Amino acid sequence: MALQSPEALLKQWILAVQDYSILCATAISALFTRPRYWADIVTQMDSIGVGSLPIIVLTGFFTGCVLALQSATALTEFGAVSMTGSLVSLSMVKELGPVLTGLMVSGRNAAGMASEIGSMKVTEQLDAMRALGTDPIRKLVAPRLFATVFMLFFLTIIADAFGIAGGALMSVTILGLNASTYLHDSYRGLVHGDIVQGLTKPVFSAFIIATVGCYCGMKTTGGTQGVGRATTQAVVISSVFIIIVDLLVTRAMIGIFGS
Amino acid sequence: MTEAISSPGAATLDQQDDKTPVVEFSDVSIAFELKPVLKNISFSVEPGQTLIILGPAGCGKSVLLKLANGLLGPDSGSIRIFGHEITTMPERDLYALRAHIGMVFQESALFDSLDVEDNVAYRLHEEHIPEDEAHTRVVEALKFVELEQAIKKFPSELSGGMRRRVSIARAIISNPDLILYDSPTGGLDPITSTTIIELVMKQRDVSHTTSLLVTHRLQDAFTLATHRYDPEHGMKAIPKDAPGRGIDPGTKFLMLNECHVVFHGTTEELIHSRDPWIREFLD
Repeated sequence: MALQSPEALLKQWILAVQDYSILCATAISALFTRPRYWADIVTQMDSIGVGSLPIIVLTGFFTGCVLALQSATALTEFGAVSMTGSLVSLSMVKELGPVLTGLMVSGRNAAGMASEIGSMKVTEQLDAMRALGTDPIRKLVAPRLFATVFMLFFLTIIADAFGIAGGALMSVTILGLNASTYLHDSYRGLVHGDIVQGLTKPVFSAFIIATVGCYCGMKTTGGTQGVGRATTQAVVISSVFIIIVDLLVTRAMIGIFGS
Repeated sequence: MTEAISSPGAATLDQQDDKTPVVEFSDVSIAFELKPVLKNISFSVEPGQTLIILGPAGCGKSVLLKLANGLLGPDSGSIRIFGHEITTMPERDLYALRAHIGMVFQESALFDSLDVEDNVAYRLHEEHIPEDEAHTRVVEALKFVELEQAIKKFPSELSGGMRRRVSIARAIISNPDLILYDSPTGGLDPITSTTIIELVMKQRDVSHTTSLLVTHRLQDAFTLATHRYDPEHGMKAIPKDAPGRGIDPGTKFLMLNECHVVFHGTTEELIHSRDPWIREFLD
């Protein structure tokens, strides 16, 4: 493969940012104008939301379990093992729930979107769609964007709940804590700002997952090999963006709520 | 001439007068990543005419069809379809214009997740045509391509030739005023290719639809130029004593080579061309 000049690379990168921005703007505007493809939205909600439920439940639950065990080791040294519930719930709701859910859904759905749309691109189905009078962004991207934002919000709540439940199981069965105390402590440890922070993050993560997945799919070139490349790119880019945006949202929330 | 384009749901395009070319390229150029694909292409297609586009692989034949449908935009030049300039037309208006254009893609481009009926009825569903009417029209289009028995099958269950026929049915279901065929016989065996060419001919001679057909198979091109569709006997050679002396007068040729038009004219002019490259290509 020939080496590209820095100037060509920079141009390519700027062009990609421009194309991505246009895709995002068009997809958002398509959500507020007709025609809307409700059947596709429901199908995507089922695929993204219901389809991701098992991995989200398992990830949330076992993360909660591990968190309880790890934090208990440190808290025992300070004689604060009873604070385990508070620590698990805070960690799950503010950070681990949203980020892990975002990363898991990214691995499953950004890859799925990129490969599905990418296959359509290389087999000229996207051109056929345009030739038949349908805007592919309206038909394919907008429903995925809406469905991901809507479902990731609820998936995060489920992951948080199962994480706290996993922590409870470990605290009661292994650490010997009282279940009622654990749950009460978990609840008491959370404030309004924590919930807002934890539920703001999935909105951004979902936007990244859907738009990056669809963008990589729509820019696919080079046959089946290109589809594989687009799929990998979609997962890598969306995962990195989720973590970067998590940092930015966290900083913004600390600025707003003060903790 | 009217400038208005009817909405996708509307049945007719406000046609210009009979003399206005259906397709008109003026000085059109396009390059991909600085590599020129088409340079200063100019030609026009009159109503009812069939323009066969020939040329070696990679000379930009498919790109030319995509330009004609507004799927790609040229770097320079003007493209007028039904008298409307499409190079500056917003995408939303292009969707309305495309309601009057049918396109058959090189690899059929059928939607994998939809069965044959939904593939063929795709445009009708987009236009919110009642289900009963859509079904009747799908059956009619599938009968035209002699594939009504495959209505419930999925593209993965069809052979290459069957897919191509479904693609033709999908292109003609809305009775378009212009059909673009991108290598409809590419990759097919000779017998299936003849079946597809017969369908193209049938559409040409029954509906008199203006069409652009890209092919690299000379035998297909000359079959189209020298045969007519007869409702009783199917494909039939045009008699030598008929007007045009055995050649369909409405069929013209455009040859591309190295980004340029090297020939544009009638079948007879092509056969008698003395250009060494054309002679070599034809031989």
